[in-house]
Amino acid sequence: MIDKTRSNRAWLLILPMFLLVAFSAIVPLMTVVNYSVQDILGPQTKVYVGFEWFRKALRDPDLHAAFLRQLLYSCSVLAIELPLGLGISLLMPKRGWAVSAALVVLALPLLIPWNVVGTIWQIFGRTDIGMGGAALVKLGIDYNYTSNRIDAWTTVLVMDVWHWTPLVALLCYSGLRAIPDAYYQAASIDGASGWSVFRYIQLPKLKNVLVIAVLLRFMDSFMIYTEPFVVTGGGPGNSTTFLSQFLTTLAVGQFDLGPAAAFSLIYFLFILLFCYVFYTVMNRVGQG
Amino acid sequence: MAEIVLQSISHSYDTERGARRPATSYALRDINLRWRDGGAYALLGPSGCGKTTLLGIISGLIQPTQGQVLYAGKDVTELSSRARNIAQVFQFPVVYDTMTVAENLAFPLRNRNLAAAEIDRRVGAIAEILELTPVLRNRATRLTADQKQILALGRGLVREDVAAILFDEPLTVIDPHRKWLLRRKLKEIHKQFHHTLIYVTHDQTEALTFADEVIVMQSGQVLQRGTPEDLFLRPAHTYVGYFIGSPGMNVLPCEVEHHQGGARARVGTHAVALPAALDRPATPTGSLELGIRPEHVVVLDDGAEGGLPVVVRTVEDHGRFRIIAATLGATAGDHRIKIRIGHPSGRGAAPVAVGATLRVQFQAEHICLYRDHRIITPGDAARGEEPA
Repeated sequence: MIDKTRSNRAWLLILPMFLLVAFSAIVPLMTVVNYSVQDILGPQTKVYVGFEWFRKALRDPDLHAAFLRQLLYSCSVLAIELPLGLGISLLMPKRGWAVSAALVVLALPLLIPWNVVGTIWQIFGRTDIGMGGAALVKLGIDYNYTSNRIDAWTTVLVMDVWHWTPLVALLCYSGLRAIPDAYYQAASIDGASGWSVFRYIQLPKLKNVLVIAVLLRFMDSFMIYTEPFVVTGGGPGNSTTFLSQFLTTLAVGQFDLGPAAAFSLIYFLFILLFCYVFYTVMNRVGQG
Repeated sequence: MAEIVLQSISHSYDTERGARRPATSYALRDINLRWRDGGAYALLGPSGCGKTTLLGIISGLIQPTQGQVLYAGKDVTELSSRARNIAQVFQFPVVYDTMTVAENLAFPLRNRNLAAAEIDRRVGAIAEILELTPVLRNRATRLTADQKQILALGRGLVREDVAAILFDEPLTVIDPHRKWLLRRKLKEIHKQFHHTLIYVTHDQTEALTFADEVIVMQSGQVLQRGTPEDLFLRPAHTYVGYFIGSPGMNVLPCEVEHHQGGARARVGTHAVALPAALDRPATPTGSLELGIRPEHVVVLDDGAEGGLPVVVRTVEDHGRFRIIAATLGATAGDHRIKIRIGHPSGRGAAPVAVGATLRVQFQAEHICLYRDHRIITPGDAARGEEPA
């Protein structure tokens, strides 16, 4: 047995970290919890309403619509960005100066602040002065993201693909670089086709980075706010009003703090649940 | 299975095959080797000597800058590894993670579109031989490192017509006590199937115990090929002498002088008798060296006449034997020599004190003479004298 000195003073050492976490996470979260169970009529007048706001939020048809819209959007983002990013990473050069060139070009969209990305695409998509929008109109396509729902959706989706596919590609590229040459050599000796190499070597070895890519892209796209806000402001109608946009309108626009707080908590728990389930499932699959 | 011939192979990593511009630095230089069908060979050399490059050229993973690779007389230099029908086991075990052990074994056969029944038969048979049957349904990732190497070997063995099986330092990541088992397994398989096996290693024990014939390489060139015994008794190059044996051969600069119808070597001020076959060495040109294995240096009994005086510097006890590091007399320019003698409990091996002076004798029949690091064979010696 090793003699250990027991001293409760050791707890003092974690106090700074505890305070930091308290002020950055616990206190704000508890404030939201506090709001979510009250009806705030004015700065001094509050009424305790229990789970009323939660019940209301879960029954709100506008919220249901925003939730489904959000889910569809995030799934579309994953469905496009993952294969595309993986494909790009497979086509990227493997040696020489071209590697650095490709990496720099790929990283450019990632370096641009979100609101700037929104502004770029807001202008790019305009039919009068925007290169993309004007070109589409010149080609005879009836494109107008400010009035057509599908056009607005497509614009926001293409913008996200442009902005974030490079992240997926970079993650996959680093994963591919980490596969030892011997695997490719063994596959070549075993007579494997290009598809077999992808299916049995590259894809299994990329599993971990793909899990990270799915988690990052799902969480980020599920919480997307700035870019659609700058490009479409949630319109036309409600067609690009995603959950964050909906929440902001509720909390800041209408100042319905109670319902907004209840909804934030549901939103937060959903993302947490999704990530937990996804991570656990992928780990199980990995262990066979 | 086929005889494999390498014809004047040179390789440079900065020059493609068929390039007009001559290469500046070579990883391999003018290699000519013939690998008999069914032989067990070892390619031995220090890291970076080009042995892995040579293996890659045989298997088709690397296209040599110059030269031809022939399988059974057919030029396969431009063919892919797949078309050459060769197997290779790598330094780190390569298994297909998502497949079971059985699927791993079947993979090369599936890629060659064999019938399912035939695949099952061969996988079953090879699994039995490699003792993988109990784990056939397991995921390959769950095997231990040595089982993974066995599995990688199995992927070569399932293909009955494979031209040769190449090993690139396959025991690097294996636990020491498993290495021995794996090596014995390889020997058994060689006896059973008579595949041509080419085994790359920098470990002389692995090379000498595995192979019928060992090829020693250095700086992209073949220094010597021969049986383990040849390499030990008659190293063709002083480097082979150093590299093989523990410790390596003693190499001492010497002069050769004629005397009373014969010749003897002179190391510093000391004369050493040469073997009968070497008693007419060439008129010395270039730098001459005398090579003698530490095992072939005999310590004379106290009070005995003759021999060379050496001063003991260190004594290392290796259990069954001792290595004495000594210097050969101050007048001889302090040549260091190593002597390997039996343990004190063995016959005729008295305790040795550091600083003591011993008289030693080189066993004449085991002395090798080198001119510019290359061995002088009796034939060379005779030829060398002709012009004089």
